[in-house]
Amino acid sequence: MGFIGQTLDSFKPTQLRQALSQAISLGMIVTSALMIWKGLMYFTGSESPVVVVLSESMEPGFKRGDILFLHMNKDPIRTGDIVVFNIDGRDIPIVHRVIEVHEHGGTGEVEILTKGDNNSVDDRAMYAHGQRWLQQQHIIGRAIGYLPNVGYLTIIMTEKPIIKYILIGALGLFVLSSTE
Amino acid sequence: MHSFGYRANALLTFALTILALICAMVSLSDNLNSPSPSAEIQILNINWFQRHPDGNDEVSLTLNITADLQSLFTWNTKQVFVFVAAEYETPKNSLNQVSVWDGIIPAKEHAKFWIQTSNKYRLIDQGGNLRGKEFNLTLHWHVMPKTGKMFADKIVMSGYRLPEEYR
Repeated sequence: MGFIGQTLDSFKPTQLRQALSQAISLGMIVTSALMIWKGLMYFTGSESPVVVVLSESMEPGFKRGDILFLHMNKDPIRTGDIVVFNIDGRDIPIVHRVIEVHEHGGTGEVEILTKGDNNSVDDRAMYAHGQRWLQQQHIIGRAIGYLPNVGYLTIIMTEKPIIKYILIGALGLFVLSSTE
Repeated sequence: MHSFGYRANALLTFALTILALICAMVSLSDNLNSPSPSAEIQILNINWFQRHPDGNDEVSLTLNITADLQSLFTWNTKQVFVFVAAEYETPKNSLNQVSVWDGIIPAKEHAKFWIQTSNKYRLIDQGGNLRGKEFNLTLHWHVMPKTGKMFADKIVMSGYRLPEEYR
């Protein structure tokens, strides 16, 4: 009886309130990050408004680790546009330039061929088996702006996941100890 | 409130905010530039003009491209990507754009150039519509900045025509 009473006493209201307020501030940080991301998705009209460049196929323009800002609107895709697309069956988005466009007269549908600036051949070999052209539905967005090197952190986090855990652990520790 | 962690956090947030602001201002400074590029393209020769077994026409050309793109370069320009596209219309397709040559201009000194080349990429139609076809040659450029917004524009040159017969 006395032992249980002591344990219950130590769980004081102020400690409970502190723990709750820490949980709420952590929740606020996470949800505001989510709100910013979803807001960007809405304003740019693209499912992934910011992408990190993963390969050297667009050098010297875009290097590994650069981030690209995407925008998608109803303007038709034309040659020269730098587009981000997914190939059926693969989930890594590819950033290349459009070098050929054929637009059908009646339907307005387009058939697109892309190529990386630094590659010597076009992307046809990369498309899904039997696919010779990309269509509008494959395009996620057009690149309209760019920031150098900022995305290198994402590449490091993907290739060495331990760094991701260390960062999240440190962030969590910092938030939890912030009441001191 | 005055621990090392708090100070480091405040410093880092401030530094990143200022960096983002500077990048935005650098990108905005590009709008002050009003470029006046010029270009001229001549078709020197139709090398050959055939139809493939699957029915698609293909033509090989030798082009003479002269351009002065020096006014596009600003202090925030990393490179200018330039390419020439042939544009034409066919009964099935309201628009066809095929890139026939591209190049990268890394610096202002190289932006005034003259080049004679056969088409770097194959000009193959979706079908057999190219005999006697009138087409435009458009010189496009893409200014890729060191940071910020990319700009693109083009000059359209019309009046080119493919031969009536295969050769």
